[in-house]
Amino acid sequence: MSTPKTLYDKIWNDHLVSENEDGTSIIYIDRHLVHEVTSPQAFEGLKIANRSVRKPNFTLATADHNIPTTNRDEGISDPESKLQVDTLEENCKEHGITFLSMSDKRQGIVHIIGPEQGFTQPGMTIVCGDSHTSTHGAFGALAWGIGTSEVEHVLATQTLVQTKAKNMQINIQGELPLGVTAKDIVLKIIQTIGTAGGTGYVIEYTGDAIKSLTMEGRMTVCNMSIEAGARAGLISPDEKTIEYLKGRPFSPAENEYQSASDYWLSLATDEGAAYDKTVNIDASDIIPQVTWGTSPEDVVSIDGLVPNPEDESDETKKKSMIRALEYMGLVPNTPLKEVKVDKVFIGSCTNGRIEDLRAASKIAKNRKVADHVNAIIVPGSGLVKQQAEEEGLDKIFIESGFEWREPGCSMCLAMNADKLKPQERCASTSNRNFEGRQGRGGRTHLMSPAMAAAAAINGKLSDCREI
Amino acid sequence: MEKFKKIESNAIPLPMVNVDTDMIIPKQFLKTIKRTGLGKNLFYELRYDEKDAPIDSFVLNQDKYKDSQILITGKNFGCGSSREHAPWSILDYGIKCIIASSFADIFYNNCFKNGILPIKLDESEVTKLQKAAENSLSFTIDLENQKISYFDKNINHEVSFELDKAKKTSLLEGLDDIGLTLAKVNHISDFENKQKSTTPWLYSQQIK
Repeated sequence: MSTPKTLYDKIWNDHLVSENEDGTSIIYIDRHLVHEVTSPQAFEGLKIANRSVRKPNFTLATADHNIPTTNRDEGISDPESKLQVDTLEENCKEHGITFLSMSDKRQGIVHIIGPEQGFTQPGMTIVCGDSHTSTHGAFGALAWGIGTSEVEHVLATQTLVQTKAKNMQINIQGELPLGVTAKDIVLKIIQTIGTAGGTGYVIEYTGDAIKSLTMEGRMTVCNMSIEAGARAGLISPDEKTIEYLKGRPFSPAENEYQSASDYWLSLATDEGAAYDKTVNIDASDIIPQVTWGTSPEDVVSIDGLVPNPEDESDETKKKSMIRALEYMGLVPNTPLKEVKVDKVFIGSCTNGRIEDLRAASKIAKNRKVADHVNAIIVPGSGLVKQQAEEEGLDKIFIESGFEWREPGCSMCLAMNADKLKPQERCASTSNRNFEGRQGRGGRTHLMSPAMAAAAAINGKLSDCREI
Repeated sequence: MEKFKKIESNAIPLPMVNVDTDMIIPKQFLKTIKRTGLGKNLFYELRYDEKDAPIDSFVLNQDKYKDSQILITGKNFGCGSSREHAPWSILDYGIKCIIASSFADIFYNNCFKNGILPIKLDESEVTKLQKAAENSLSFTIDLENQKISYFDKNINHEVSFELDKAKKTSLLEGLDDIGLTLAKVNHISDFENKQKSTTPWLYSQQIK
């Protein structure tokens, strides 16, 4: 019998084109997602070297980072943003790549539309010039973010030169308490292993609490693998995965679905396969989490206090805590639940899917957004928006006082007009609380959609279970 | 890509941990369709105030570090986004070598694609080099022999560093990665033919 293998080992082996003399490997890339911000220089590079795109039909493009979430019919007013989006459209036309434009209802954040269209499938290698490509790992696809030079490499060769990473298992045992979500799991993981904890590894998430998550929840967990330092996060495919992909536009046709499904299930990590490192977390210990600082590892439970740097023995850590607290305008030992917010952002590739909007709408229903709070909902794609409207979620949000926007990355990275002003505090369902991430001087607290909705209603950080 | 040559320069000390890509180059500068011109906005929010005036206390605004080609910084440098604008802005500013105890994976990889040498050293070693950088000593970075050297009070200090062989060669020779892979295009075609028979649905996928 052959040695038991992990899911990562199997996908790696199935995509090995050749091994170079220097120890690196050429890995075949099955699917490539392209967006406007990290691709123009790659297409320019192709042109200069007189190279073509090897597999246009393995490539899917859309504009998401840089587009407005209001008044879409007026186009893009910022000339630089417009040039970038127009450049992508022209490049796609020239090379025969499918481009979902701003007016296409399938347009949205790359990591939302890939799975939604069935473009993402188990066992694939998927890359994109965006670090949150790890999202697609929820399907048991090996997916990671790359820089623009590698975008060009994939366009030209449909491969990448890689060195194999190590295997890490993060096992979430037990049952999640009521009101605790995938976002709370992943924030807890980052708090536990730190933002560099996964560096050099591909993480596989296992355990009952992971298996019990919906595909949407699994995507939220895998999405933030990069915040734990890992380029990719994976979950072994199962019946839920197969069910989710049935009948989607790019999914295998009916006559091929059975053999595809059999292959997908065969990829799950073998019993007894060895990981280089294993971390165990008990799901029943997790309560809703929020970040207090400027690194995604600065996580506390909602019933906790703002930490005190005086309790930190490591000098470098102490210094960075002091800097973070000053930036965040927080006083040590303040109960988190007393921290007032000015803005609320619900959306992003982490939490912009239909399940996220449903969770937020349950909190919002028959309640009002606090007077001093400006709250916006940005669906992850046109199809998420349409589905939410069919379910009447838009009406619930609008009646509560939330703004209902057009799909895109929006205030997750604040490249468009949606941003925080200096010192504004935001309850956000996005993935990064870095200094200046949501606007210069803006203060970000990361949390789940239900928690962000609760903060909008109460006007301060709140426990969604108490509403 | 230009070949990586020996560097002789003083070094910019930036003793901060988890310096993220938003700090290196904020999003408002990602709207460009070019690789060049980003250097003036490197570390923008640390370097300029709200009125775009240089913040004197920030190390890049100090005259003595004006022409430095080396940056010495803290662990997990370059965490966050995959934006290659981060190494582009560093290179455009004139920095060709970054020394830290650890780097985020994507950023580390992106450096080599742009002729920048990221050097990983033990934290205690990095701290020593930080001190020397604060005293504005001159460093020599010799990639060929994998050595950093500097003179302090007439004593020559040498620090060796480890580097993956493939990455070293790529920097020293300024290789065109795509050209090298395309030289093996037969392997790629063979792989595709094999994959077409083992997982045919990957090749029949089309938008409906």
